[in-house]
Amino acid sequence: MGLVDFFKKIEPDKKKSPILHTFYDAVYTFALAPDSTTGPKGTQIKDGMDLKRLMVHVVIAMQLCYLFGTYNIGHQHFTAAGQYMGFIEGFHLKLAHGLILMLPIFLVTHIVGLGIEIIFAAKKGHAVEEGFLVSGALIPLIMPPDIPLWILAVAVAFAVILGKEAFGGTGMNIWNIALLARVFIFFAYPTTISGDTVWVSGFEGIAADSVATYGWGHDIFNTLFGWMGLDGFNAAKTAVVDGYTGATPLALAYQGGWEGATEVYSPAQMWWGAIPGSIGETSKPLILLGALFLLVTKIASWRIMLSMLIGGIVGAMVLNGWGATPFMEVPWYYQFWMGSFFFAMAFMATDPVTAASTNTGKWWYGFFIGFIGMIIRVINPAYPEGWMLAILFMNTFAPLIDHYVLQSNISKRLKRA
Amino acid sequence: MKPLHSSFKITVALLFSSQLSFAAADSSPNYLLYCLIGAGIVALMYAIISLADNMMQIEAKNLGADTSENDYSIFPSFSSLFKPKAGDHVDPKRLVSLKEGHDIKLVGGAHADHSITNTAEHYAVKPTNFRGMAPIPKITAAVGERVKAGDALMFDKSNPDVIYAAPVSGEVIEIRRGAKRAITEVIIKADKEVTFKENAVPNIESASREDIVKFLLETGGWAHLNQRPFDVIPNQDVTPKNIFVSTFATGPNAPDLNIIVEGSEAAFQKGLDALNKLTDGQVYVGLDGRKGHSSHTAYSEAKGVVSNYFAGKHPVGNVGIQIHHTAPINSGDVVWTLKVQDVIVLGRLFMTGAYDTRTKVALTGAEVNNGYVDTFLGASVGELVGPNLKHDHVRVISGDVLSGEPLPADGYLNQKTSQITVLAEGDKHELFGWLLPLKPRPSVSPTFPTYIMPKHEFDVDTNTHGEKRAFVQTGAYEKVLPMDIYPQHLMKAIMANDFENMEGLGILELSEEDLALCEFICPSKSPLQSILRDGLDTMRDQM
Repeated sequence: MGLVDFFKKIEPDKKKSPILHTFYDAVYTFALAPDSTTGPKGTQIKDGMDLKRLMVHVVIAMQLCYLFGTYNIGHQHFTAAGQYMGFIEGFHLKLAHGLILMLPIFLVTHIVGLGIEIIFAAKKGHAVEEGFLVSGALIPLIMPPDIPLWILAVAVAFAVILGKEAFGGTGMNIWNIALLARVFIFFAYPTTISGDTVWVSGFEGIAADSVATYGWGHDIFNTLFGWMGLDGFNAAKTAVVDGYTGATPLALAYQGGWEGATEVYSPAQMWWGAIPGSIGETSKPLILLGALFLLVTKIASWRIMLSMLIGGIVGAMVLNGWGATPFMEVPWYYQFWMGSFFFAMAFMATDPVTAASTNTGKWWYGFFIGFIGMIIRVINPAYPEGWMLAILFMNTFAPLIDHYVLQSNISKRLKRA
Repeated sequence: MKPLHSSFKITVALLFSSQLSFAAADSSPNYLLYCLIGAGIVALMYAIISLADNMMQIEAKNLGADTSENDYSIFPSFSSLFKPKAGDHVDPKRLVSLKEGHDIKLVGGAHADHSITNTAEHYAVKPTNFRGMAPIPKITAAVGERVKAGDALMFDKSNPDVIYAAPVSGEVIEIRRGAKRAITEVIIKADKEVTFKENAVPNIESASREDIVKFLLETGGWAHLNQRPFDVIPNQDVTPKNIFVSTFATGPNAPDLNIIVEGSEAAFQKGLDALNKLTDGQVYVGLDGRKGHSSHTAYSEAKGVVSNYFAGKHPVGNVGIQIHHTAPINSGDVVWTLKVQDVIVLGRLFMTGAYDTRTKVALTGAEVNNGYVDTFLGASVGELVGPNLKHDHVRVISGDVLSGEPLPADGYLNQKTSQITVLAEGDKHELFGWLLPLKPRPSVSPTFPTYIMPKHEFDVDTNTHGEKRAFVQTGAYEKVLPMDIYPQHLMKAIMANDFENMEGLGILELSEEDLALCEFICPSKSPLQSILRDGLDTMRDQM
């Protein structure tokens, strides 16, 4: 019990410094499960599951995406420069470059997001709720690697303050926090998150012969690698090769259909994820493993995932039938090879707070995300990918869906009488 | 033969039409075509297997094999896949099989062959047990007065016809008061040999309903009735639509009601006969239909009642769940519910005229010697449990761990329970306990490794395993509540004081014990039972 004594000793005064105390309390309950017992009313024992455990399992499900995403930042960087073209070649450099970009994004997201959470919790006088554990883990995965950190900070602050705290905190928000942060950047600073030039990091531009921009982080790794006798980063020798576009498969498919996309990327490449894109959304098998984890642990709703898949398939088939543009003619099953459908399905649509909360409602909610998202992706030239907007759109309508499901329950009860 | 034929045709058609219909995508391997061919092959295999399976079943029938238990098919039937198994003793026509629910297995169940001889000296009647009573009842027995079992101790000022009787004979020694001077306990020191007040018994067959009501009001039997909705002492002017009795309990370490009725079979039947006179509708008896369990003949062969079997997991033994699946409570309905021991008390009243509340109580939980103990209503828990306790730092609960009430050391057993549970207190910190628990704990979540061991008995304590949070998880309550009700939305309607939706979403069908499992599993640790009671109280005030 030495740790308990230690925590008791360092406990700040609640009255004098409420914010510090809230922070202390969050760390304290994180390290030590509380010793509180059940009250005089209600159940005398409680299930071992709590919100911390629930949320952290979603974060665990994302870890493979984190590993792959970090490495893929480096891989795309060197692919653009025409170096270390094999996926495993230059492993240390790719990982180092990925970490140099990933860590600041992760830290900024959490410092800003958790900071705001703690301040609000202190002002309201309750403990820090765990909702941001998941939002904070999701946001880095849906950003381009080169996102300016100040824009990221503004977006996170916007999402947490206006998207969550304004509605009353964890459990009360209408829109998915992570997507709200992304959509903020998407509309306020579109050039940093869309187009062909943003998905490859570490160059001045995407035009041929743009040289690499390495910072002090790379210098530190260079020193390290020098000691170990490995290759280092060399900005002078690293430049974008001729003919490299940086376009994502979706952008290519919009122009030239499936043929257009496969001219640059092989289907296997798209499936395994060694392609440019937002950090965590490229590798389909790893996302599906995460989704499987969430399904096996019964944390995410299988109804939403399945109905969203059905909605996406139906949407793509309808567009196949229409076939007016090359993109519409992409065989429906190949639509799932490109873009971030699976990431949205596994981690975004299943957010229980913003999704429909009735089981029947979940079927409709998921189906329409899949269907509408596919239409936005294929038909609307302004939006290269549809899931963010489709999910936010259906978040808005989730309470309405639930309302009708509940009304039918109510009228069933009335009819019985 | 038919499925074989048609699927074969489809496969052949697919093979030959491929070049025509999928020619457009010829540059890359045509996955759609491969998928369809694969599906065709699977369908073909299925057709062959199901044909063989059909022939096997026909052969079994021709040989005269008993197909009631097993239809000799390799495919499980649809209902056996999704519905819990019912026992062999069950009449399938009267079976209600429920999928939702969860059995919490705990260390410390009371076993039939283990009885504990231990008597309590002090007994109490607790006005707080009788909901609907004015907070300060009129006490008719003064301190120091001697009473017989069945003598009136008090009556309800808002309904003076209902008397509350002494469970034992002896001397009234104390009237305890709680907050706002409300009376909490009227305590009797019992005689060594309990003597009963003698009442003139009306003949059930010939007596009118009024006579029976009057008899119950005067003898104290009325306090054993419970009215739904709201769980209150019923109004004697209202005739209930139906009366429900559940003859099995499914809660954690619940007492075996087959043991409770042992020796009181005739009284139980007599009680049912009396109840039949009190309602215009039916007396429904819920029987244990679970596999591996049985129903006492006093229950399964009870006369003059409609009995249904129920199979599934907890809370299938709760009378509220059974009402929902037999004759649900609609707006404006009033039904009565009784526990088995209450029916027995009523039966004895009509057999002998004595208010005899003798019953068995199960001592359960890991911190006490388990077994059944004979006692009267309202026994002192400390005296019943005292010598059987294993440790000091424990919580003694009147009832089970889900909807029971913790009692102080000098507390008395609640009226509506046949169970005492003793648990260890859980006031200990646990390093990263939320993530990597060292000690197994009951949970419905597959994130705990014990999920794959459904038979494991847990040694629990009273730790909350987390702090209270806002509602986040959805769809979890529905998995443990076998009713057509949306608990989370109902809770929100209650918190918003939205009467229309409260009623529409089914608050009148619920009682605390039905939502107890939802409260147990809630990852946000929301006090659902208290919220529901608040809602029921406000609804009652409105009526």
